[in-house]
Amino acid sequence: MSRGVLATEKRGVRELGAEEFVGWDEVQQGVVLPSFNSELKENVSHIRPEERDYSDFNSYTATVASWRVIKPVYNRDICIDCQNCWVWCPDTSIISRDKQMLGIDYDHCKGCGVCVEVCPTNPKSLLMFAEAEEIDEALAKWPEKKKKENK
Amino acid sequence: MAITNIKNLKEFSTVNERFEGAHLLCPGCAHSMIVRELMNATDDNLVIATNTGCLEVSTAVYPYTSWDTSWIHIGFENAATAVAGAEAMYKARKRKGTLKDPDAPVKFVAFGGDGSTYDIGFQWLSGAVERGHDFTYICLDNENYANTGGQRSSATPTGAHTSTAQAGRVSYGKKQKKKDLVAIMAAHGAPYVAQLSPNKWKSMAKGFQKALETEGPCFINTVSACTTEWKFDPKDTIHITDLATDSLMFPIYEIINGTELNILYRPKNIIPVEEYLAAQGRYKHLFKPENRHIIEQIQKEVDEKWEYLQRREEARV
Ligand SMILES: Cc1ncc(C[n+]2csc(CCOP(=O)(O)OP(=O)(O)O)c2C)c(N)n1
Ligand code: SF4
Ligand code: SF4
Ligand code: SF4
Ligand SMILES: [Mg+2]
Repeated sequence: MSRGVLATEKRGVRELGAEEFVGWDEVQQGVVLPSFNSELKENVSHIRPEERDYSDFNSYTATVASWRVIKPVYNRDICIDCQNCWVWCPDTSIISRDKQMLGIDYDHCKGCGVCVEVCPTNPKSLLMFAEAEEIDEALAKWPEKKKKENK
Repeated sequence: MAITNIKNLKEFSTVNERFEGAHLLCPGCAHSMIVRELMNATDDNLVIATNTGCLEVSTAVYPYTSWDTSWIHIGFENAATAVAGAEAMYKARKRKGTLKDPDAPVKFVAFGGDGSTYDIGFQWLSGAVERGHDFTYICLDNENYANTGGQRSSATPTGAHTSTAQAGRVSYGKKQKKKDLVAIMAAHGAPYVAQLSPNKWKSMAKGFQKALETEGPCFINTVSACTTEWKFDPKDTIHITDLATDSLMFPIYEIINGTELNILYRPKNIIPVEEYLAAQGRYKHLFKPENRHIIEQIQKEVDEKWEYLQRREEARV
């Protein structure tokens, strides 16, 4: 399936599984894990993630996609770029650039559904679907605008 | 100093994140929401130490790290000590002229859970604050020892079920009150102390910026809804947190120099604590007829605390 927007060669390339982890006796004491391969020439907050030289130790290079049973699907047509989903995603998986929501990082999203809950549009611009559902099919099933209940 | 623009969410979202995905926190965990809101509020270089707990073990599963800043993995009780040591060394090296980039803005930050902050690391935190190191300590308060199976801590509120304060035939869960750590840290005379919440992202980001700008030891308690131990659906983390702040179970306020108290969020409609409690499995038993009086007691204490905070805000003492 799609790995979502701005997937790089490095992002989410390794499945986090038992074989990735070393045994207790192999863990070196006082070890230092460099987050990047080369020494940074400038402050890392001034470098966009897709331009960073992440090392293999950085969890950016790992994926937790297999945790998901349901996934959020994003509908650009309704989105107002409010960034609610961005600020509250616990897994750094809403990709926003230049004040625009671009889409979901399916390598790191765990399918919690928080982004859907905090999306304010009507109908929502994010909805949860079964992991196996194709994105196009999900978009074709998008609900209509809900009418306000008469009081 | 350079800080992120937090005028509105759109501006805020232009930062380049320094906390990476594929950490192993539960889906919907508020710890990572808090860490992202805080780290995204600044572009200063950060030296962070983290006490053992969910955040620490889930973001540093050897051979992985989720941190793009300097980050120290340390024991259960001593993040404050570790970061105080780093800060002292940094100052000494600056004085001796042995720093590679002496003008780069560097800030020292510690993260700890409530177990490590309210209980086991308390004397280390108290010591570092009393010595006056220039650092900011953030407590991720999920009101239990989540990483080891949800034992009660001194931050667990009255009436909550935990694995070591179980609700059942003879007990309604934890009997003691939650410790008021915010007041204790303010009583240290710390220049900036606050209680903040991730649903109110702006006061969170602003409070952190204030703490970083303030010279000396700062303390921030943050409400961290724990889907696993509070027992609610992971999608509802922000909803539960809204109930927490709007019922005033978690009032949002700051205390400057131990005296000047400012309330940072006044709910338009204060909701009964019952609504907050009813949304979580850990309080389910309180709705049995024989435990109803505990809900009334909790409501009374919340009302009294709110009254107290408002009076202190007014009195400026
Ligand atoms: C001295 C010591 N005692 C006990 C432990 C075991 N331990 C590791 S994490 C943890 C619970 C952490 O609770 P808290 O600080 O509230 O963080 P949370 O996991 O809830 O975020 C415990 C008891 C330890 N690592 N060190
Ligand atoms: S489902 Fe959860 S992890 Fe995935 S993008 Fe939404 S908020 Fe983030
Ligand atoms: S919360 Fe909804 S409307 Fe707002 S940016 Fe995200 S998808 Fe778009
Ligand atoms: S147990 Fe609670 S605090 Fe720990 S990772 Fe899960 S939700 Fe977060
Ligand atoms: Mg805890």
